[in-house]
Order: sequence, then C-alpha cells, then structure tokens
Amino acid sequence: MKETLLDNNPVEESTDPSVPGLSSWRSVYIFIIVLFVLYVALMTAFTVVFS
Amino acid sequence: MNGVDFVVLVGTIVGIAIYGTWRTRDTKNLSAYLKGDRKTGWGTIGLSVMATQASAITFLSTPGQAFDSGMAFVQNYFGLPFALIIVAAVFLPLYRKMNVYTAYEFLGLRFDNKTRLLGAGLFLLQRGLAAGITIYAPAIIVSTVLGWSLDLTILLSGIIVIVYTVSGGTKAVNITQKYQMAVILAGMVTAFAVLLARMPTGVSFTEMLHVAGSMGKLGAIDFSLDFDTRYTVWSGIFGGLFLSLSYFGTDQSQVQRYLAGDSVRESRLGLMFNAALKIPMQFFILLLGALVFVFYQFEQPPLYFNETAWRTQTTGENGEALLALEEQHANLHQEKRAEILNWLETKRTNNPTAEAQARASMLDTHERNIELRNRTRDILVTADPNLPMEDSDYVFITFVLNYLPHGIIGLLLAVIFAAALSSTAAELNALGSTTVVDLYSYFRREEITDAQYVLASKGFTLLWGMIAIGFALFANLVENLIEAINILGSIFYGVVLGIFLVAFFLKRIHGTAVFFAAITAQVLVIAMFFTLSISYLWYNFIGCAACVLFSLVIQSGFGFNKKPA
Repeated sequence: MKETLLDNNPVEESTDPSVPGLSSWRSVYIFIIVLFVLYVALMTAFTVVFS
Repeated sequence: MNGVDFVVLVGTIVGIAIYGTWRTRDTKNLSAYLKGDRKTGWGTIGLSVMATQASAITFLSTPGQAFDSGMAFVQNYFGLPFALIIVAAVFLPLYRKMNVYTAYEFLGLRFDNKTRLLGAGLFLLQRGLAAGITIYAPAIIVSTVLGWSLDLTILLSGIIVIVYTVSGGTKAVNITQKYQMAVILAGMVTAFAVLLARMPTGVSFTEMLHVAGSMGKLGAIDFSLDFDTRYTVWSGIFGGLFLSLSYFGTDQSQVQRYLAGDSVRESRLGLMFNAALKIPMQFFILLLGALVFVFYQFEQPPLYFNETAWRTQTTGENGEALLALEEQHANLHQEKRAEILNWLETKRTNNPTAEAQARASMLDTHERNIELRNRTRDILVTADPNLPMEDSDYVFITFVLNYLPHGIIGLLLAVIFAAALSSTAAELNALGSTTVVDLYSYFRREEITDAQYVLASKGFTLLWGMIAIGFALFANLVENLIEAINILGSIFYGVVLGIFLVAFFLKRIHGTAVFFAAITAQVLVIAMFFTLSISYLWYNFIGCAACVLFSLVIQSGFGFNKKPA
C-alpha cells in the first residue's frame, strides 16, 4: 500500500446522533429494532387477515 | 409509448446524467474522486445507499414475483436492519478511523496483502459479473416489449452511465443517485395511484386485498422451520442478516457510498434511513405486484406476458394449439371474473355458507387458470428451450405499457432506467476504485502523483464499464433476474464476510490462517451449491461460519503466531 493513498485526516467518533427524542446511538438502534418488530407484527396480521 | 413518453424518458435520464457530470466537472484529487470529498449529508447517503441496492430488476422482477408467487420475498430483507446496525456500530467507525478508500484496504492493514488481494479479488469477480447482469436485465425486458434493439439499449444505457461515473467519480454517483431515487419513488407512487384508479368501480380496496389473499398472493410471513422453503422469517433474519452484513459491510459499491459522509453521524444516519425504510419499501413494491394481479382478474391478461415471444410462437408450428389455449383462457377469464364478483357479493351479505361455496367455485376457476398457464408454458418452452419458463419479469412492464396514461409511461420507463443507471454507476465506481487502490497501487511499485491516480481510476472505471457492457451483450436470460444476482452474491458474500468478522472480532488470528480458511470455505460453498438444494440465503451463513471456524482451526493447528510482513 503506497502512502499516497492514505488519507491524513482521521475522523473522530460521533457520540451524539442529534436526533430529536433519541439522545444516544444505542437508543437509535433500539428504535430501529422496535420498528422492525412492529413491521413483522403488522405483516403477520396482514397475512392472517387476508389469506 | 409515444413522443410524450419519449421526451419524459430521455429528458429525465439524460438530464440527471448531464447535471451530475456538470456538478462534478472540477473533481481533480483522489480523495474527492473516490470519497466524494467527504462532504455528503445523511439524506444523500441514505438515498444513495438505497439507489445502489435498488436496481432496475427490483422494479421489474419484484412486482412480478408477487403476481406469480405472493409476497413472501419481503422476508428476504428481514436481516437488513440488524446488519445495518452492526455496520453502523462496528464497521463504519473502524473504516473511518483507518481512513481507508476501500474495505479491502482495511484487510491489508489488519492482516496482510495476500488477504487484501483475496478479498478484493472475490469482490471484483462477483461484482464484475453482477454489473453485466445489472445492465442486461432491464435492457432485455425493455427492448423486448418496446421492440428496440437489445444491443443498442445495452450500449446506450452503458455509455450514459460510464460518461458521468468516469467523469465525476463518487460525487457524481451520489448526486445522480439522489435524483434518480426521487424519480423512482415518484414513479412507483404514481403507478400505485393509477392502478387503484383503474380498478373496477364498486370493488373496495379491502375487497381487492381479499381477492389477492384468497388466491395466495398476500402471504408475506411464514414462520415455518422448513429449510427447503426459500423465504421464511428465519431464513430472512439469519440468512438475510449475513447477506446484508456482507453486502453493506464489505461490498465496496456500498462501502463507498457511506464513506463519502461528512462525518460518522451523517454516514450512520444514512444507514439508519435504510434500516427503517427498506422493508416497507419492498412491501410496497410487492403489494403493487399483488394489486396488478387483482387488476388482471377484472381485465383480460395475456396468456403469456412475454408477448413478443408469444407472437413468434403463435406463427410457428404450435400456433394452432396456442391460439386454442388462448381462446380457452379468454373464456375461463370471463368465468373467473364472474365467480370473483359473485364471491364478493356473498361476502357483503354475511352468509357464511353461500360465501364458502362461492369461494370454492372461485378458487376452482383459479386452479384451472393456473393449470392452463402451465400447459401453455410447457408448449412454449418445449418449442423454444431458450425461453424462460417464468414470464413474471414481464408482468409489471406489460401493465405499465398497456394501461398507464402517456407521460406516466415515460416516467415509469425512466424509473426502470434510473434504477439501472444508479446501481450500475455505484458498481463501476467501486470496481474502478478497488482495482486502482487494491491492485494497481500494489503492483505498480514506483510512486505516482495524485493526479495520475485519478487518471488511473478513471481508466479502470471505463474498463469495467466496457467489460460490463461486453458481458451484457453476450449474456443469456436467466430464470429470474433478481434471484440470479442474489444467488451469485450468496455464493461469495459469506466467505468475504467471514474474513471481515475475523478481522473485527478475532484479534489473535493472523493473515495466513484466514487466507487459507477463506479459500477452503469458498471451495466448500461452491461444492455445496452444486450438490444441495437448500435455500441460497443459507450459503451466506455457511460461508461465513466455515471461514471463521477454519480460521480458528488453522490458527490453532499451525500456530501462525506473527503477522507476516
């Protein structure tokens, strides 16, 4: 690997997602998982009702 | 398709390409060319990641899948939110911290050059083939239904994408993808609205869903533990997790999208945008296909949706038999339509006995219709073995061309081409970057300037574009296009992911152990693919697990205890 290809500006870790109502990245991830569970529940109900 | 459609189609596609080229005309240094200057916000990253994954076949094949076999395909995406969380939490910060241009550069820093070359080589092999299919897939369908020259369609779409990808690099890809995705979303919502407006009066939306559901088109969820069933919740979560983790975490066509972020926050939010919206988006596209199925219960559908092939066959030696089947099909359709309306009427009267009888009669005509279609396909495929058994890829575009108003037809064709260009651009961008960063810079021993690297990147992007066009020109149509790409990915992705998981989580394992483990695991997966008949999603898990396990065994057994120079 040639040095010319290595970027010299290290990027700092982000700690605050700055998302209203979600104060940490952990809460963002939990929100996504809850959303997924909700999708599966809705699609299960959809399958049961219309099959 | 008329002049208005043509203006909308060409204006949209060429307009976006010209805008992307113009906006990025001053891209001169390597960081800007490969990482888009790291100024991209989360919205653009989110749309860019989504556009890279959503190729034209997503909009051609997916509605057809729901039309043909129901909505179970949505489960294929169940592992995606979990994979994106892992990528955002683990992969992304390390890539950013090490300031790599490609995911495989990270392997070189963590292990050694041979492991880096192996990872890059597997990516180039898999993605190089997929890029050809990405161009070919929409071209074969669009050229067939519109009567355009296949070769010319491939060449024109290939040249447009090459021009702006070579010219502006990652930044041009990200900018154009944002507008292409906007066109895609607008087009799909418009198609949905027009579809609902064209349904027969007196049939409510709920009744449409009951019609589709009673004929097995709305089964989105399957909790069964059957390994032979292609799409279940479990194969979706576990197999899909490994497929998505490998795709988003290690495939340069995606890694390059989110490495362009202004900060870790922007990149992460772009990924979370997809984690939240991808499943409902796929559900919506499948639902569109299920509603096209309902539409064709009230409007006479073609007996075989590839109408060009149908016309050819009906003028051949089987013409008489096929035309007789077509007449039977028309009569059966009228009978089925009447049975459906009768069933809906009995449902409204709340008479369970009459409803059950009406439903049984309706399903009987449905079964007879399936049997008739199968008989027709057998005749067609026997006469022309090159003809694909399934015509599901032609369902949605046939509906668009025959039933949508002019102008909207042009918009929907623009959706298909925008999707084709956006995913192809990301692939060529990644193939060019990986070739120059992981191969060219390694094998070319003397130092060269930043500008020379940009020139080399452009040259390799152009080369991969030409290879993809060449592959597309000589490819043959596979049974289902979207599955073909997923199967190809599943064979290679698992092993690549295994290498990366070892890199991230098993710090005591060194390059030589993981290198030989990866080769052994890849041979195992290819052998299993040709000998077993399990769902292809499981190969992601098997390849990954085998690579990790073999790495542990080889490391313990041979005791490679120091990092090679």
